[in-house]
Amino acid sequence: MKRIENHPILTFKRGKKIKFYFEGKEMWGYEGDTIASALVANGVKVFRESLKLHRPRGFYCAIGNCSSCLMTVDGVPNVRTCITPLKEGMRVERIKGKGALHYEN
Amino acid sequence: MLPVDGIPTKEDILAKAPPAERMKKGAVAMIECWQEIPCNPCVVSCPTGAITMEKLTAIPQIDFDKCIGCALCVAACPGLAIALVDGSKEDGDRVSIPYEFPLPEVGETVDCLNHEGRVVCEGTIEKVVHLPAVNKKDKTPIVTIKVPKGYALQVRFFKRR
Amino acid sequence: MKTDVLVIGGGPAGMNAAIEAARAGASVTLVERQAHLGGQLVKQTHKFFGWAEKGAGTRGIQLAEEWSKAVEEHENITVMLSSEAIGLYDDGAWMIEKEGKLIPIYPKKVVIAVGAQEKTLPIENADIPGVYGAGAIQTMMHVYGVLPGEKYLIVGAGNIGVILAYQLAQAGAEVKAVVDVLPKLGGAYWVHVTKIRRMGIPLYMKHTVIEIKGTKWVEGATIAEIDEKFQPIPGTEKELDVDTIAISIGLSPLTDLMYQAGVELIWIPELGGLVPVHSENMRTNKPEIYVAGDASGIEEATTAALEGKIAGAVAAKDLGFDVNDEAIEEWKKELSQLRDAPLLERLRQGLHKLHEAAKERGLQ
Ligand SMILES: Cc1cc2nc3c(=O)[nH]c(=O)nc-3n(C[C@H](O)[C@H](O)[C@H](O)COP(=O)(O)OP(=O)(O)OC[C@H]3O[C@@H](n4cnc5c(N)ncnc54)[C@H](O)[C@@H]3O)c2cc1C
Ligand code: SF4
Ligand code: SF4
Ligand code: FES
Repeated sequence: MKRIENHPILTFKRGKKIKFYFEGKEMWGYEGDTIASALVANGVKVFRESLKLHRPRGFYCAIGNCSSCLMTVDGVPNVRTCITPLKEGMRVERIKGKGALHYEN
Repeated sequence: MLPVDGIPTKEDILAKAPPAERMKKGAVAMIECWQEIPCNPCVVSCPTGAITMEKLTAIPQIDFDKCIGCALCVAACPGLAIALVDGSKEDGDRVSIPYEFPLPEVGETVDCLNHEGRVVCEGTIEKVVHLPAVNKKDKTPIVTIKVPKGYALQVRFFKRR
Repeated sequence: MKTDVLVIGGGPAGMNAAIEAARAGASVTLVERQAHLGGQLVKQTHKFFGWAEKGAGTRGIQLAEEWSKAVEEHENITVMLSSEAIGLYDDGAWMIEKEGKLIPIYPKKVVIAVGAQEKTLPIENADIPGVYGAGAIQTMMHVYGVLPGEKYLIVGAGNIGVILAYQLAQAGAEVKAVVDVLPKLGGAYWVHVTKIRRMGIPLYMKHTVIEIKGTKWVEGATIAEIDEKFQPIPGTEKELDVDTIAISIGLSPLTDLMYQAGVELIWIPELGGLVPVHSENMRTNKPEIYVAGDASGIEEATTAALEGKIAGAVAAKDLGFDVNDEAIEEWKKELSQLRDAPLLERLRQGLHKLHEAAKERGLQ
């Protein structure tokens, strides 16, 4: 769980630093990160719990196929964090149960 | 054995090696490409036409006498399957390999690994050059290691200390 | 929104389908779920096999850049990123979800080039964090520059598994072992395997992972040799100190959109499982739907690109645009040359089944 600094083939052009919150805790990522990549870089492994058995889940496919990485983002549940770009001030939380939509009416 | 664990036998290696007389004359390419795969950058990259192939999926054939040891094929090969071997110098053999890792310093002492990944001898980094891959857009570092006499056919990688 | 050709998926197949359809004069809309084009190529740092004259020796990441540029610069192509096709409605609308908004697109023809998904390992504890798809690790590492762990076990010694081992070493991680249940190397190119062996990365054939340790996340693994019936042999267990387990045991086509749209699917394990029945021209039983790339059967990027070209050109041709038939025949020839390698025997068997099925149904 670390940012790769020197790579023999790739150079990582990291954008500006972005502050976000995971379960209320302040964390930092870069422009160009997805929520999932920023969480992983900050050492977060458990993204949510499975519904019935409450088993820990992390990401699995990282390209939006499998739904292993669903989280609540700014109050919206079931966001695929592996394909959602990280934005300044985002509040990212582990989902409780299936999550609720909180429609206005 | 190659089909089982990806490690060539001594016979496999000897079958690809240039004749001893050719190695004594200077650097020459040794193509360790084992399978009929759809691939040909080695053929296209060679300025002297030393490497030939019947069709895209054939195993490349090399005419060691046409090879001038320029290492362009070493840089071009996507399989990183080609090395230059040189037995012309008294103070030790030379092996040049494509190396896509953080680069060593010239003069650095390294542990040399064989096809199995076992340390077989000590070596010294003699040269690091960057040669164009076949499309010219990319450069591949080629590292030349000085190894003890007789080790050119064995050493295919190195570990920094 | 109306368009002649809707291309779903911006990998090598989709990008090339878009380019060829647009070249023929069709208006094209390309939708891609990710925030960038390129599909799986964006994580492939190694150089590709194939014809040097046609880009072999070029790294996947460079091919992705070249093709994305060609797509973005083409005036007939509209690219929609972070846009996911979610289904077909009765009035012919393909619904696209873009950042929470729904956008219906009414195309005359659709090329489905959505790629594949990685298979999961059916053993206990394989659902905890630290067990990741091999491609997911490549994505984290090469697209975002993040290493999800330090010490790795790779399950599956096909091309993806052995390439991942090499790439992890390049990124500074430690690969403790690559295991595979087969007694001999299967689909992996030997040159990719020799590359990791000479670096000293252990490869255990006829081995499998029998235990994944840890409750919250991976804290180790046990591997063991297996017998002919794939049962672990007692006494051969080895404990590995790893924090991450990469699964590379195969891919299967993403077929949910095709299924929903009524494309006929058949079971061909050699091509990855359920695949759409399609002709060499990439036509399906639905006259408005074409398929290409991994979504139509698992192969690799070079063949995906060629299939994409064929699908895009044929879709434009079926709409009445002027298309060079010779070019289409040339791409088909290139495909068969690429598929000619002896180690692709299994693939050829799968393709044979597929073409027979297409013939039976009269698909052209
Ligand atoms: C992990 C991995 C490693 C690989 N390594 C190699 C390799 O080393 N060498 C090699 O030659 N081949 C490799 N391959 C194979 C090669 O990358 C693929 O065969 C090739 O990328 C297939 O191209 P494609 O266009 O069909 O699919 P993809 O490249 O997968 O592209 C499909 C695109 O569709 C998008 N998409 C999916 N669903 C939707 C939707 N509903 N709406 C909008 N967009 C959608 C996806 O985001 C993706 O960008 C690898 C494949 C994988 C998965
Ligand atoms: S080293 Fe140069 S001359 Fe010799 S085979 Fe390779 S490309 Fe040709
Ligand atoms: S370029 Fe390398 S992998 Fe390709 S055929 Fe030549 S030697 Fe073999
Ligand atoms: S990890 Fe699979 S959808 Fe995000």
